[in-house]
Amino acid sequence: MTDRAFAVVRAGALTTVQDLGRPGHAHLGVPRSGALDPPAALLVNRLVGNAPGAAVLETTLTGCAVRPRRPVTVAVGGAPCPVTVDGRPAPWGAPVRVPAGALLDIGTALSGVRCYVAFDGGVAVEPVLGSRSTDLLSGLGPPPLADGAVLPLGSPSGTYARVDTVPQPAPPRELVLRVALGPRADWFTRAALETFTTRAYRVSSASNRIGLRTEGPALERALQGELPSEGMVLGAVQVPPDGRPVVFLADHPTTGGYPVVAVVREADLAAAAQAAPGTPVRFVRAGRR
Amino acid sequence: MRALPVGEGALLVELADGTEAQALHAELLRRRAAGTLRVREIVPAARTVLLDGLDEPDRVRAELPGWEIPPLPERAEAVLEIPVRYDGPDLADVAAHWGVSVPEVARIHAAAEFRVAFCGFAPGFGYLTGLPERYEVPRRATPRTSVPEGSVALAGPYTGVYPRASPGGWQLIGSTDAVLWDHARVPAALLSPGVRVRFVPHEFPPHEPLGDAPFEPPVDPPPASPGRAPEGR
Repeated sequence: MTDRAFAVVRAGALTTVQDLGRPGHAHLGVPRSGALDPPAALLVNRLVGNAPGAAVLETTLTGCAVRPRRPVTVAVGGAPCPVTVDGRPAPWGAPVRVPAGALLDIGTALSGVRCYVAFDGGVAVEPVLGSRSTDLLSGLGPPPLADGAVLPLGSPSGTYARVDTVPQPAPPRELVLRVALGPRADWFTRAALETFTTRAYRVSSASNRIGLRTEGPALERALQGELPSEGMVLGAVQVPPDGRPVVFLADHPTTGGYPVVAVVREADLAAAAQAAPGTPVRFVRAGRR
Repeated sequence: MRALPVGEGALLVELADGTEAQALHAELLRRRAAGTLRVREIVPAARTVLLDGLDEPDRVRAELPGWEIPPLPERAEAVLEIPVRYDGPDLADVAAHWGVSVPEVARIHAAAEFRVAFCGFAPGFGYLTGLPERYEVPRRATPRTSVPEGSVALAGPYTGVYPRASPGGWQLIGSTDAVLWDHARVPAALLSPGVRVRFVPHEFPPHEPLGDAPFEPPVDPPPASPGRAPEGR
């Protein structure tokens, strides 16, 4: 392994390697995976001069700490959090030069859930089916970061970011998800559809990269019985037997047997990735564009 | 055929049964290869095909009912053979469901020609159809916490092979050394939708010894070759 690498000093609650995922393999049962908040991942890559598809770290609530072996330029974005280099405060949402052997610490998110950490050159773990993303459903890609692990970095492109700081959306205080009803809205009662699009839900602490789980009024089914397995899309709102909607995120299964009452607009899913447990959620009908 | 809109850029096409879904899937692949259909994912399932990442979902939805979809050919020229030891812990339960003896389960299963209807559950896990309807079996009442890699299993109308150890509720009838999934291999998945499969017994039951090489899979037994086919076909 070359010296362009970093050691994991503190892996945090769950830190994974993510890029833009591996779409195109759903027919083989392979989830798309990839960064849950793609605009944040793209932005930190841009801040260090990386290509959009470079692999970054995605942390969960408690951040992580790493020690690069060579000087690197990093940028932290997504959920706002304290950033330090050898204990000294460093900027969030802007390029930061980290000397060789210094400790880069990404602290606990002040709001939101997931921070993104880009290194110039990108995290250079071995790609699987064209992507370096960790897929927690099927186990493809590198394992989540562990204390003491060493991850390789790629060579910087030599291009410099044209921006040194950019505005980023704040994590949502209330998550408003625009939905188009269907394909299985007819499996629910009219009252359930009314409930779904008017009542308040909350983000459940059981949420993960596979799905945003909700707490709130259960949706009553009009049709009982089992739906034969069918293909699932990103943003599908699946309703398991307990009646609480689950919004499918990047590591969602490619097929499923619970009815999908509606589909969330892809543009709204980045906010869903940053909605901490307890955040109020509303599903609003937006129809199809 | 019914095409249901799914969000902004996808369609779920619902067919009368699995055979129609497989025929539409084959036609969709042809159209994509010919460049007349632009779509990111074509995901067949039990009796639907999902088209995800469509450039023009409304146009495709309007045109679909007018498509001519040729039926699937009855028998394929190319059939993938998967060697199997029929030694699963649920063989007796499956035999009881089918009302046959345990050795008969292996014979019936190995005599069928299968087709990968769709994949799901795990990378490389195929749902294979091909057994006559009367051989459907329920899932186990209590799923196993760990099913070994390479287990050949039945549930409902499907046969599946576990690409890696995982929890599972299917009835285990055998095992194979075939590598179902290897992400370093091209293609990574041994089974993809549309692939034809036969299960070839790895060894014959002890009371029917096959010469001195019981662990060698029989070499390419065509249906018309009486000398090599398992007894009882």
